Amino acid sequence: MGDRERRTVFVTVGTTCFDALVKAVDSPQVKEALLEKGYTDLIIQMGRGTYVPSKVSGDGTLQVDYFTFSPSIADYIRDASLVISHAGSGSIFETLRHGKPLIVVVNEDLMDNHQSELAEELATRKHLFCASPQTLGETIQEMDIETLNPYVPGDAKPVVSLINKFFGFPDD
Amino acid sequence: MGPDVSMAVCCAFPVLVSLLLIRFAYVMYHSGHMPSKLSASAAGMRSLIVLGSGGHTAEMMNVVTTLQKDRFTPRYYVAALTDNMSLQKAQVYEQSLVRVEVDKEEGVENAQFVQIYRSREVGQSYITSIATTLLATSHAIWIIIRIRPQVIFCNGPGTCIPLCVSAFLLKVLGLGWSSIFYIESIARVKKLSLSGLLLYKLRIADQFFVQWPQLQQKYPRACYAGRLM
Repeated sequence: MGDRERRTVFVTVGTTCFDALVKAVDSPQVKEALLEKGYTDLIIQMGRGTYVPSKVSGDGTLQVDYFTFSPSIADYIRDASLVISHAGSGSIFETLRHGKPLIVVVNEDLMDNHQSELAEELATRKHLFCASPQTLGETIQEMDIETLNPYVPGDAKPVVSLINKFFGFPDD
Repeated sequence: MGPDVSMAVCCAFPVLVSLLLIRFAYVMYHSGHMPSKLSASAAGMRSLIVLGSGGHTAEMMNVVTTLQKDRFTPRYYVAALTDNMSLQKAQVYEQSLVRVEVDKEEGVENAQFVQIYRSREVGQSYITSIATTLLATSHAIWIIIRIRPQVIFCNGPGTCIPLCVSAFLLKVLGLGWSSIFYIESIARVKKLSLSGLLLYKLRIADQFFVQWPQLQQKYPRACYAGRLM
């Protein structure tokens, strides 16, 4: 199978502890859904979580690996064909900037869960898919990456030009 | 002599209170406008940049990289004592500026990096947070008095509140004048954060930005000028 093209799924929980996501990704249902969609590798960044996923998938065709933290998350995102991320704005915009298909999984255990606002808004605008740990498998089965709109990154210039205007500085 | 002193206090107190009230009204009237004596247009304005953490810092650094650095200088970056990453990012950026302008020796002195106590860590108990909030507030007052920023940039979270309130009190007491810019985080789509809500309702921010049009409709005094990310 060496000559087959590798298609990697990168899972990231950032600096948080989000065992529910790692567990969901480790479930046979999600792994099967990923295999069906043609993905070959699964790399999990598990952060502060304590749940250790198994490295072997059912029939051994999905290559699984995991680690806790890495200073170079961007490299993993760049090499991935699909990113499954927690709802932190850092990971979301990093992935969108690299133009990678993204599923955001909202952590329902967080008390102040304002972060789902951002994921839901971007999902309505079709920049990403939004799921919960329970619905992740279904979301992978039903998603069609072709329907996603590319995200045009924001720009601080209009904000800065209003700040300049406030002080009476010429805009340049 | 006793009655004389109490008479004097009785007369002075209302005068003092009314003076403070008049000053307060003056500050409120002028907030949202350019400061009357812009002393530093040539030399640049002392700017305090409050870094949140993670996503907050990324958004703030997008603003800082776009700012005309000669107008907003020197720059004081503030981050929570427990947050090592944010100041590191700012340091890397400031050093990259120095490399661009090799001929200018002053480079690094244009930027200072300050750490501040946090009012409350995630999961800290409420009883101990009274003490830590007091500590954080007095530290914030000290930082504002020492730096006397002419401009403050912040985008939440909680670290910016004691700093902005201290700067506002200094304004009322006539001891300084900071123009405060608050940019609500892109993660806030439907509701303001607690920091944002406080600065908006108390009218402490001179200019208040949101990054989603639907949020601007809800808070009409806010500006919407696109997204930072």
